[in-house]
Amino acid sequence: MSNWIEVGKIEDIPALGARVVKNGNVDIAVFRNNKDEVFAVNDECPHRKGQLSQGIVHDKSVTCPLHNWKIDLTTGEAMGPDEGCTGHYAVKVENGNIFLELK
Amino acid sequence: MKEKLVVIGNGMAGMRAVEELLEIAPDKYDITVFGAEPYGNYNRILLSPVLAGEKTIDEIMLNDLPWYEDNHITLHKGVTVTGIDRNACTVTADDGTQVKYDRLLMATGSEPFIIPVPGSDLPGVISFRDIHDVDLMIDAARSKKHAVVIGGGLLGLEAANGLMKQGMSVTVVHLMDWLMERQMDPISGEMLKQSLEAKGMNFMLKSSTKEIVGDGKVQGVRFEDGSELAADIVVMAVGIRPNIELAKQVGLHCERGIVVNDTLQTFDPKIYAVGECVQHRGVAYGLVAPLFEMAKVCANHLAGYGIGIYKGSVTSTKLKVTGIDLFSAGDFIGDETTEDIVVHDSHQGIYKKIVIKENKIQGAVLYGDTIDGAWYFQLMREQTNISDIREKLMFGQAHLGDSGHGGNVVAQMSDDTEICGCNGVCKGDIVKAITDKGLFTLDDVRAHTKASSSCGSCTGLVEQIMESTLGGDYATPESKPMCACTDHTHDYVRAAIRDQKLVTISDVFTTLKWKTDDGCAACRTALNYYLISSWPKEAKDDSQSRFINERAHANIQKDGTYSVIPRMWGGMTTPVELRAIADVAEKFNLDTVHVTGGQRIGLYGVKKHELPLVWKDLNEKGLVSGHAYGKALRTVKTCVGREWCRFGTQDSTGIGIKLEKLSWGSWMPHKFKMAASGCPRNCAEATIKDFGVVCVDSGYELHIGGNGGVKVRATDLLTRVDTEDEVLEYAAAFCQLYREEARYLERTAPWIERVGFTYVKENVVDDDAKRKQLADRFEYSQKVTGSQDDPWEQRATGGIDSHEFVPLKVIG
Ligand code: SRM
Ligand SMILES: Cc1cc2nc3c(=O)[nH]c(=O)nc-3n(C[C@H](O)[C@H](O)[C@H](O)COP(=O)(O)OP(=O)(O)OC[C@H]3O[C@@H](n4cnc5c(N)ncnc54)[C@H](O)[C@@H]3O)c2cc1C
Ligand code: SF4
Ligand code: FES
Repeated sequence: MSNWIEVGKIEDIPALGARVVKNGNVDIAVFRNNKDEVFAVNDECPHRKGQLSQGIVHDKSVTCPLHNWKIDLTTGEAMGPDEGCTGHYAVKVENGNIFLELK
Repeated sequence: MKEKLVVIGNGMAGMRAVEELLEIAPDKYDITVFGAEPYGNYNRILLSPVLAGEKTIDEIMLNDLPWYEDNHITLHKGVTVTGIDRNACTVTADDGTQVKYDRLLMATGSEPFIIPVPGSDLPGVISFRDIHDVDLMIDAARSKKHAVVIGGGLLGLEAANGLMKQGMSVTVVHLMDWLMERQMDPISGEMLKQSLEAKGMNFMLKSSTKEIVGDGKVQGVRFEDGSELAADIVVMAVGIRPNIELAKQVGLHCERGIVVNDTLQTFDPKIYAVGECVQHRGVAYGLVAPLFEMAKVCANHLAGYGIGIYKGSVTSTKLKVTGIDLFSAGDFIGDETTEDIVVHDSHQGIYKKIVIKENKIQGAVLYGDTIDGAWYFQLMREQTNISDIREKLMFGQAHLGDSGHGGNVVAQMSDDTEICGCNGVCKGDIVKAITDKGLFTLDDVRAHTKASSSCGSCTGLVEQIMESTLGGDYATPESKPMCACTDHTHDYVRAAIRDQKLVTISDVFTTLKWKTDDGCAACRTALNYYLISSWPKEAKDDSQSRFINERAHANIQKDGTYSVIPRMWGGMTTPVELRAIADVAEKFNLDTVHVTGGQRIGLYGVKKHELPLVWKDLNEKGLVSGHAYGKALRTVKTCVGREWCRFGTQDSTGIGIKLEKLSWGSWMPHKFKMAASGCPRNCAEATIKDFGVVCVDSGYELHIGGNGGVKVRATDLLTRVDTEDEVLEYAAAFCQLYREEARYLERTAPWIERVGFTYVKENVVDDDAKRKQLADRFEYSQKVTGSQDDPWEQRATGGIDSHEFVPLKVIG
């Protein structure tokens, strides 16, 4: 059963920036890139749990603030030589409102 | 259909064998692994640095759980195999799992030996073998004071060192006359003891434990001679025993270990064994290098290639206690048939002994200077005839031939010199990987060759190889592009920004044809700096192109909290400020209040959403951002100077405060530190700062380009001036030259070494007009960027960036 939850407006997130949605105990990092695409992944780097929401965003990826791993925001997978994955969420934007699919 | 391989033991040897197997025959087996410990595979060797607080458990993981999944390995973690049915070819585990095998690999490691004295089963008696033991010790160190370590061998000393680092007072009890008697002779053993005593460790040698006393928990240790020592915990590190219970129980031939032949096969042809549980040609090993060699051979046979043969290993040892260098290998005691060459400089703490028989090295002990350990070890293993180089042997490899230039020892090593003992990686392998695969960083080399990825003690050598292979590129990437997003260098990009008046990052991207849409974390941060330093008024600071610390104006910590370090002008503070800091620490439950290395106070563990509240309270008492998070002016250290000190010549504190007021808030290519000392005794350490002032009777000496940190560099004396106003003008001019010309992330020390001290002097000292213009531009930049409007206040009460500190939404 899918469960779309509205979490805010696209302009609440700076372009090439991120905000956090707190879902119970889980922090979800929601990103907006320069093309106004929105992505959501668990706010926990697969390397050592760095908060990805605090990283630098480029294209469809983010660089973790702790040790510079690059994470693909569409899949939550680490890129390049590093390996690991953090969970990602389906996102849709309707009339400027962001919805996340939470299970 | 694939054959089934079952591995018992998820440790270093077993998983190395699996890795080797996957490399050569990835599709041959369905692999199932049982591991009694509830983790993936970790680097047991590095438990010592974990205990010493130098590494975390996460950092020592070798293969984490996703690795097993990715390689389609079924891992039963936290599950112990309790039975093997050799007829039916199945194994059974304590959780009831039963698995069939075609081949079985036993890699059960060994168990710590616990001396069976009365009381050895009391709570508080701990061994040193796995993560659980380390957790117990770290936990004990939080609340308890006295630790006794029984066993003065490698493991015991590493345990003792770790416990000491965790704040316990530690006594090492050892049965023998000197420490590490299996790796050291009496003299080096004594030197080791003295160094460790100087670090605060206590010793009781020649002491035999009779009983561990305590009522329900450990309270002390009683010795054979009747004496007693109080203890809250007792760590037993007296040795290990191959873990062969299971093998014995199912009738596999065992002696001290599980007996294997040269292909690592046990007496049951379907069952192989590797690691510490094994006895090969009469020897059981306790170091990883031989186990990794076994793993390689074993994998070759499991893969069905059948060409490897394991002939046994010669091992060498190092102790992983930071600051203590020792190396030993082979027979270093000798007998009537051998000769020794010994160098002993007790003043410098150096001892080297090489044991020679018939012109061949039999063994060596090195203490204090171990740089040639790898070389001696190679001469020993290859049984090289050393008669030609005998006189020069003790001076090391660097003194062979006519070269004489010590510096880089590895440059003279032959390609087959082993660099990484743990993984058996030779110099040639590393050089080849660097050149063939275009590696630039230590991490790359680790990933591709495994060198320096186990115990880490060869890291220095690996770095030297990188340096000699990559030449200048390793030290300073001269004409390398900024990053993969562009082919242009830092200098080219910066010149374009200045000459073509580019004021936004997207201008730069279009004009210079960037290869990526948004750049990356490396180029965007640099570009943002180049823009705001070149066009302070016109360029707009882009907070999304700043590293989180500068974006949030606090340092991110590894757990996602932040640190807050307010400015203390020239290292001065007041009761009001101290009270404000104390109040904030209490109000927000900040457990760690640290006096920093920069003469101020750091508060640790602030939650991000509370940062503005913390800042508000601090602001109210006049405290502002210390920029401890920024590529910016950090601290200005001072001494009390003429005000109080009997040697003080000028008001060093006052000039320090003025320097800080002048320059705080200014963004720099890298961090920038200053200091002012009241006399040449230099208590404020001005000669290792980016800009230092040393007061003298006749005025002020100005020093530039000092660096503590990774590579210490003492300053160059720029000039001497008469008045405080001149100090400030020179400081501003120097800052500005650095701001305008150094590359992003280049500190003043490497910058000056690159452009030359004379160049800086010509601009800042020799040419009065230039100096004035530089100082004016500095002042202008400080003014128009509003850099001295406290960024904390802007966020605490000024409404700036408020989105940064609150979640977008809270659900549930
Ligand atoms: C807080 C402090 C340690 C302390 O508690 O005493 C500290 C903490 C850090 N230092 Fe430092 N350094 C601190 C004084 C120093 C000093 C001593 C000094 O300033 O007199 C040095 C050597 C002097 C020098 O810089 O020349 C020092 C040399 C370094 C270096 C090596 C720099 C180099 O050029 O080699 C780094 C690494 C870097 O910057 O890349 C570093 C990096 C760091 C970082 C930023 C690491 C990081 O990226 O997280 C640490 C931030 C911790 C935090 O979140 O607050 N820290 N660091 C000190 C802050 C002083 C202050 O009040 O602002
Ligand atoms: C603190 C410390 C520091 C060290 N420092 C160094 C060093 O600097 N250099 C060096 O070369 N070596 C060092 N060593 C030794 C090195 O760690 C070992 O030689 C190596 O880990 C042995 O590998 P192994 O696979 O044989 O055994 P282990 O790594 O011990 O793996 C065996 C695994 O099998 C599991 N197991 C056992 N029986 C069963 C069963 N029936 N069912 C399921 N699982 C089972 C165990 O729980 C264990 O996890 C150090 C060891 C320690 C403890
Ligand atoms: S530097 Fe000079 S003035 Fe300052 S405390 Fe030391 S002796 Fe005194
Ligand atoms: S935690 Fe993300 S890179 Fe290390």
